[in-house]
Amino acid sequence: MSLLYTEEQKALIALVKDMAENEIKPYVQELDEKGECPGELFKWAFDMGLHMLEIPEEFGGTGLSYETTAMIFEELAKVDAGYAITFVTTFVALRNVILSGTPEQGKYFADIIGKGNFAAFALTEPNAGSDPAALRGMAVKDGDDYILNATKTFITNGEIAALFVGFFKTDVKAGHKGISAFIIDANAPGITIGQHENKMGLRLSNTTDVTFENVRVSASSMVGAEGSGFKLALNALNLSRAFVATLAVGIMQRALDESVKYAKERKQFGKPIIKFQMVQQMLADMAIKTEASRVLVNNTMRMMDNGSLVRKEGSITKTFVSDCAQEVTSNAVQIFGGYGYSKEYPVEKLMRDCKVFQIFEGANQIQRMTIANELDREYK
Amino acid sequence: MNIVVCVKQVPDTTEIKIDPIKNTLIRQGVPSIMNPFDKNALEEAIQLKEQHSGSVTVISMGPEQAKATLREALSMGADKAYLVTDRAFGGSDTYATSYILSKVIEKLGPFDVILGGKQAIDGDTGQTAPSIAEHLGIARLTHIRSMKIDGNKCVVEREIEEGIEIVEAKLPILCTATKETNKPRYATIKGKIESLKADIENITLADLPNMDTTKIGLKGSPTRVKSTFIPERKSSCEMLEIVNPRETAKVLFGKLAEAKIL
Repeated sequence: MSLLYTEEQKALIALVKDMAENEIKPYVQELDEKGECPGELFKWAFDMGLHMLEIPEEFGGTGLSYETTAMIFEELAKVDAGYAITFVTTFVALRNVILSGTPEQGKYFADIIGKGNFAAFALTEPNAGSDPAALRGMAVKDGDDYILNATKTFITNGEIAALFVGFFKTDVKAGHKGISAFIIDANAPGITIGQHENKMGLRLSNTTDVTFENVRVSASSMVGAEGSGFKLALNALNLSRAFVATLAVGIMQRALDESVKYAKERKQFGKPIIKFQMVQQMLADMAIKTEASRVLVNNTMRMMDNGSLVRKEGSITKTFVSDCAQEVTSNAVQIFGGYGYSKEYPVEKLMRDCKVFQIFEGANQIQRMTIANELDREYK
Repeated sequence: MNIVVCVKQVPDTTEIKIDPIKNTLIRQGVPSIMNPFDKNALEEAIQLKEQHSGSVTVISMGPEQAKATLREALSMGADKAYLVTDRAFGGSDTYATSYILSKVIEKLGPFDVILGGKQAIDGDTGQTAPSIAEHLGIARLTHIRSMKIDGNKCVVEREIEEGIEIVEAKLPILCTATKETNKPRYATIKGKIESLKADIENITLADLPNMDTTKIGLKGSPTRVKSTFIPERKSSCEMLEIVNPRETAKVLFGKLAEAKIL
């Protein structure tokens, strides 16, 4: 534990740990195999209020800082990052509607989520991943309404969301300045949920295609001004990058915990393998990367608490942490040896779970471009 | 409906260490928790409040650090908490403790329902809560599986050795909860934060003027602990080699009969 925690933070972490270890952990291995998570398991986190942590009190939330919220999500990710990301995604969607929408939109969204519902971000399309300006989804004005048509892919919470924040082109010729964001009720006629993605990791997290076919929404459901959707998406990604990084720290800490425990128990050549220098080096490097990652995430969270947009810092954090997580979880499997490669033991799952952190919320290659572009700007 | 729950802070271990000279429990270095059965009692109280409205008050007798347990009770949904603490209460046995708590309940009451755990995992006496009912002169039903309240009547399912006993009683009533009564809820994040800031009032001897002081503290406690020890485990296992199952079964039968099990 590398951070200084307040008494309140310690108490909240202990509370979440108690719940996650007793109510979620026993089912994780089975659910990872199945690739699903039942609603009654999510109920534990809803009952505790983990969907409203940082949401301001006037919107029915708890009003915690980003810093404390991240600590809580890290704890949840130690047990299962897929479970945790279901809440992170909901939180990022709601937070951004509150940040960029009208007070009425924020209230509407927060009321529905507050009752124990999930939200989803519908941005990515089959041909628009790292390049959102290439969106083909259209929102066409029709009187006081907009008619939405798009095929969205890799939508986290696609099947379980009650609300979408969807991104559509309102002006085809305007490139990324022609993108607008809308709040869409998941029950709206014309929405079809595709098959649940059979993923390598984060298998408790629900990921689907979502098709919008002539979905009618009122013009009042547009978030922010027409054409401001791209900016909203970037702001949302700044927030979500920092928060997925905290989940990766949770995965790394779990990998370290499991590895040290195993290295103390496992005996070869008459002594526990933790006494061998090569294993020691691996464990020490795992600890170094985990601690450094946690401090980096914490700093980014505190910057966000101070109102910073963390455009560069969020990218640095997400890239560093997700790259470290690959090494840490891979070494956890290495320390477990043959057992680590078996699904009987918990570490191969950590390696599968963390791969996507180098991919989603902007691939690490894109992050490095962003960082370099920011540097270019700073040094002018 | 006004409900009071008696909770106790206990060491978080079932492997209690005992001071060989003083014959008392060694509490140093052992983290403290709310007695698990008291948590069931609190959960039952909160559920009753949710069904019938009203309020849940939690009391605990102990030193200042027992406030941590009271805060936990508040975080789960109790409305008010009081720490019963005074040097004069120190050394109280179950008789004196239950007498003091009955006076506290009289002062804070009236209450319709008093709840406690079936026993504390440190002392394991199971005497304090039922004795409170005796001091107050009200009905008590221990080891409840469930309780339903209708008007001033209460129907309780009790776990007894032979099965389940269903008893009806008039309010006010004291009940003790077990692991079977319910599954205690987790605190909410909001509840936890509020509980850390909550004021917890102390109730001392000075607040309880009707107290007969000859009945409290070490001097008012009729119990004297002669010795406390962890019973030795005396189990042994004998493996029977199976050559012929029928013959081995006969040997097994003979041995069980010899041990007076059959």
